Amino acid sequence: MSLRVDVNLTVNGERVSKAVEPRRHLIDFLRIDLGLTGSHAGCEHGVCGACTVRVDGEIVRGCLVLAASLDGASVETIEGLSEAGSISDLQQAFVARNAAQCGFCTPGMLMTAADLLDNHCTADRAAIREHLSGNYCRCTGYQSIVDAVEEVARQRLSAKAGAA
Amino acid sequence: MKWPAFGYVRASTLDEFWNLKAEAGPDAKIIAGGQSLLATLAFRLSQPSVLIDISRLSELKGITFDGKVLRLGALTRHVELERSEAVAAHAPLLRMAAPLIAHPAIRNRGTIGGSLAFADPASELPACLIALDATIVLASAGGQRRVPAAAFFRGLYETEMGEDEIILCVETTPQLPSQKSSVIEIARRSGDYAMAGIACRIDIEGGAVSAARLVYFGIGEAPVQAKSAAAALAGKPLSEASIAAAQAALSDDLDPPDDLHGPGAMKLHLSRVLTGRALAGFVDDRRAAV
Repeated sequence: MSLRVDVNLTVNGERVSKAVEPRRHLIDFLRIDLGLTGSHAGCEHGVCGACTVRVDGEIVRGCLVLAASLDGASVETIEGLSEAGSISDLQQAFVARNAAQCGFCTPGMLMTAADLLDNHCTADRAAIREHLSGNYCRCTGYQSIVDAVEEVARQRLSAKAGAA
Repeated sequence: MKWPAFGYVRASTLDEFWNLKAEAGPDAKIIAGGQSLLATLAFRLSQPSVLIDISRLSELKGITFDGKVLRLGALTRHVELERSEAVAAHAPLLRMAAPLIAHPAIRNRGTIGGSLAFADPASELPACLIALDATIVLASAGGQRRVPAAAFFRGLYETEMGEDEIILCVETTPQLPSQKSSVIEIARRSGDYAMAGIACRIDIEGGAVSAARLVYFGIGEAPVQAKSAAAALAGKPLSEASIAAAQAALSDDLDPPDDLHGPGAMKLHLSRVLTGRALAGFVDDRRAAV
């Protein structure tokens, strides 16, 4: 068995070629091998959601993905979403509502909230809480996080209604 | 904790997989979505020599309905159960189960084959497949065999699958107009392992229950089909009285052990509560997966 596995993938639109150890998970690959430290390694066993990133357009737990398995994949992180400006409204709402306290959960919260807003946009607080239920905030700032997501959902839904 | 060191190989065809598996030896483990396996590796619950990645095997993919049988490839992800029109039309119980499984980011990668092979006693899909009387199709290098779901789950993380086998697909017949099904559970937080859950399907003919399959999860080492409770429903219309009789009979079917969530008596109580909710939901169709 080879000690390292060659992977070619894109990360935030840029092509990356690396030889990775099989035991490297996606978050350590991003943070240590690529220097993208926006994605956080929290519990590292799939519970806390701080490591949420996108693989091929869908959110995943970065700590439960083998970097070695990602040959040909497209990965997007909080850095990519921030630079593209696609979640600037959400980020502004987080700032306005003080929805980031210590900030450790924030990148994962933003990735998961963006998934809800992009794919199943709703301002229903129960639905927002359900979608975010796999992301822990140990400052327990859930109220303002849900407030921020709800506000952006309302803005986006009314912008959509206005455009139609 | 970081994962232990292991090797990694990826199979691109089923034929190649059998070769890789033979080469890798008994300490290798198969990885599909990895959503349970990789978490257990973080706890160092096992130290496989090699992970054999089957996630790109097209032979294990796809959801098809041929008019008689709904076939779900083992690599069907939980999110696909939520999205598939064929699943919604022919196996609405599985559509109803999907949102109960973990969280969106995990449902995007976790597979039904992985869930069945892992056989966690609190997982939803094993109980659902028993309620549906579904068949699990196993493949080995020598051929295939078909195992009824009710015979597949043998104990705690223990299944009928041999070391030389892999789950190919799941097959189920479409839900009939005379059938209703439902899955509900109680968990402290959304997406957590269920403290208790029920997956059930009943047939109603001429206003009376002609068959009932009531299956409980999170209450023991494997899913349990409650035959006494089902017998209490048989031949009667669904009513407060017949539902109460089924709830009372459950103590003949279930003997939940004490666990981290609480005493066994509490789990029996929760199972009765869930039975009442699921069956009452069939009286009011809005709460069932019709």
